[in-house]
Amino acid sequence: MSKPKVAFFDFACCEGCQIEMTNYGAEPFLELLEHVDIVEFREAMSEKTTEPIDIAFIEGSFTREADRERLMEIRKRARVVIAYGQCACTGGINALKNHQPDYKQFVYGTDSDLPHLDSKKAYGVDHVIKVDYYAYGCPVNKYEVLQIVSHLLHGKEPVIPNYPVCVECKRRETVCRFDEGDHCMGMLARAGCDAPCPAAGIPCEACRGFVDEPNLAAFEKVLVERAGFTPQRAAEKGRMFTANALEAS
Amino acid sequence: MTSTVHIDVHHLTRVEGHGNIVVNVTDGAIEKCEWQVPEAPRFFESMVRGRHYSEVARITSRICGICAVGHTLASVKATEDALGIEISAQSRKLREVLKHAENADSHVLHAYILVAPDLAGAPSVFPLVETMPDVVARALRLKRLCHEWGSLIGGRTTHPTTVVPGGMAEVPTVKQLAELKEKLLAAVPDLEATVETVAALAPNIPAFDRPTEYIGLSDDENYGLYDGLIQSVLPDGTKQRYPVADYRLVTNEFVVPQSTAKYTKNKLSSYAAGALARFNNNYDMLVPEAKRAAEALGLQPICTNPYMNTVAQVVEVVHSVYDSLRLIDELLDAGVRLEPLVQPTKHGRGIQSVEVPRGILFHEYDYDAAGICQGGNCIIPTNQNHNNIQHDFDVLVPELLAADTGEKEMELALEMLVRAYDPCISCSTHHLDVTFVR
Repeated sequence: MSKPKVAFFDFACCEGCQIEMTNYGAEPFLELLEHVDIVEFREAMSEKTTEPIDIAFIEGSFTREADRERLMEIRKRARVVIAYGQCACTGGINALKNHQPDYKQFVYGTDSDLPHLDSKKAYGVDHVIKVDYYAYGCPVNKYEVLQIVSHLLHGKEPVIPNYPVCVECKRRETVCRFDEGDHCMGMLARAGCDAPCPAAGIPCEACRGFVDEPNLAAFEKVLVERAGFTPQRAAEKGRMFTANALEAS
Repeated sequence: MTSTVHIDVHHLTRVEGHGNIVVNVTDGAIEKCEWQVPEAPRFFESMVRGRHYSEVARITSRICGICAVGHTLASVKATEDALGIEISAQSRKLREVLKHAENADSHVLHAYILVAPDLAGAPSVFPLVETMPDVVARALRLKRLCHEWGSLIGGRTTHPTTVVPGGMAEVPTVKQLAELKEKLLAAVPDLEATVETVAALAPNIPAFDRPTEYIGLSDDENYGLYDGLIQSVLPDGTKQRYPVADYRLVTNEFVVPQSTAKYTKNKLSSYAAGALARFNNNYDMLVPEAKRAAEALGLQPICTNPYMNTVAQVVEVVHSVYDSLRLIDELLDAGVRLEPLVQPTKHGRGIQSVEVPRGILFHEYDYDAAGICQGGNCIIPTNQNHNNIQHDFDVLVPELLAADTGEKEMELALEMLVRAYDPCISCSTHHLDVTFVR
């Protein structure tokens, strides 16, 4: 049996999630290549294919109409589509501009109407095509990605956490940021990263997005009452990597 | 002489981000010869408006997944400048080790994964898994080492977590630093083998010289990666320094129709940033081991062959390993302890710079009394190189035509030229002119 064909595609993003693929070290990466054939990966290889793909990893957000057709073409060729990283999953950090009416003028001034500077609101790629699985995070958790691929190769459903980062902090016995006089988004943030940020003394910014049905009203109340935020800053906090969820709520 | 050429490389491979090469030559006349940047703009400078100073670097780090450490450092330094924060000597040393890790990490990726296939006649690193297994295994081993090296100090390498305004949110233990030292020492044979591999492939590097201006950070005590003054060196060796706060007078941005990124120029029609620009500016400040590597690789200042940027990167990898060993020894001697973050003493505007793998990077922010960001400006190295790449094309294409170069060979030569700059295109589409709200 031939090995499953895997390809990587990139849209509006920093391509850091692709870089994570190079950080496994020699043995894990070479072993991965024993199980899959990487057939297209523009950032790392010149080879291209028009053949059907078993697993397509799509990185980056949908931000302009010009990219719609390319996304649909990938969907047509791919048996399984994985949104790879937060930009592809929900729009990620790119959506932080979505509520600003003047972002183009602010950045490009009088040149902002030039056609090649076209950019609309940023969305996850599921705004345009059906996504089968989501590898959350900014950047992705590279070991979770291996888990997802491994599950798919074994014909099993990948398990993606839908509980908050607070669970992982408790498991690690990390002191709560609020008890240190700081703030944190861990109570709403989707776990799966093993909560490295609070353990390193900084707040969780929910870079993997929110758990389903986050209670934003209670979150803002906690920021005001326990972290001393102004109501305005508390309301803005939820936009960091999760602006689209805020707009939808 | 070649008379008709039609090159249309859409979304050049083995570079970060999206760029196109278009060359049309009919009956010997060059009708079009362009390096185009169609990357989707992402508007970071707009996004930071209204964010608290503690959040700004976490946002602007996301400009680039390869130089995330450098963006974080430039951003945090600019914020500290704006808020009147002086960090401790320990924080600075840790950040310098982290900066070295990023430089080595990115250069290893570029030299081995993105450039080496061209020199070995392969479309990517994947066929080399069969034909040069030792080299590929060494590349992945070194890449992993750099990832562990940076992660120990920065929390992780793609969007580091520990570097925050006021210092470091977390520090490694003495034991962890001692282990890092051992790992770096154990990698010396791999470093030496890297220099040997590149020296063996170097005859395949195209011979092309176009003297230009080279701009990088420079410092009297260091090679100028974490900090320094802006320095320009011209092909005749004339050097001039400028304060970092005057970066707009050096970059002189302008808009061109073929690019979502702006172009820059200073004394000449274009200038180069990156490893070769740093090497040409700061050769004297390299550690002896790096100077020996340069000699083995046949690289001397002032080198005006842009393809040699990759060779300069290999020299810098050697420099970063040995200079980190020195810094780690100093940290181990002094002992390492978690320090409280230094708090703001004022508010206003801050401008700072670091060298990222692809060259000099500027960040500027303005903060109100509550520490809320009012606006920002980031000028990225690749965006400073786009204009120089275009000027290289303008000289290289006629040379290749005169030398009777075929279309395919010309396409490869142009692709290799762009790759040599190690462009980081997603980065480069974010700078802008900003009107600060006061």
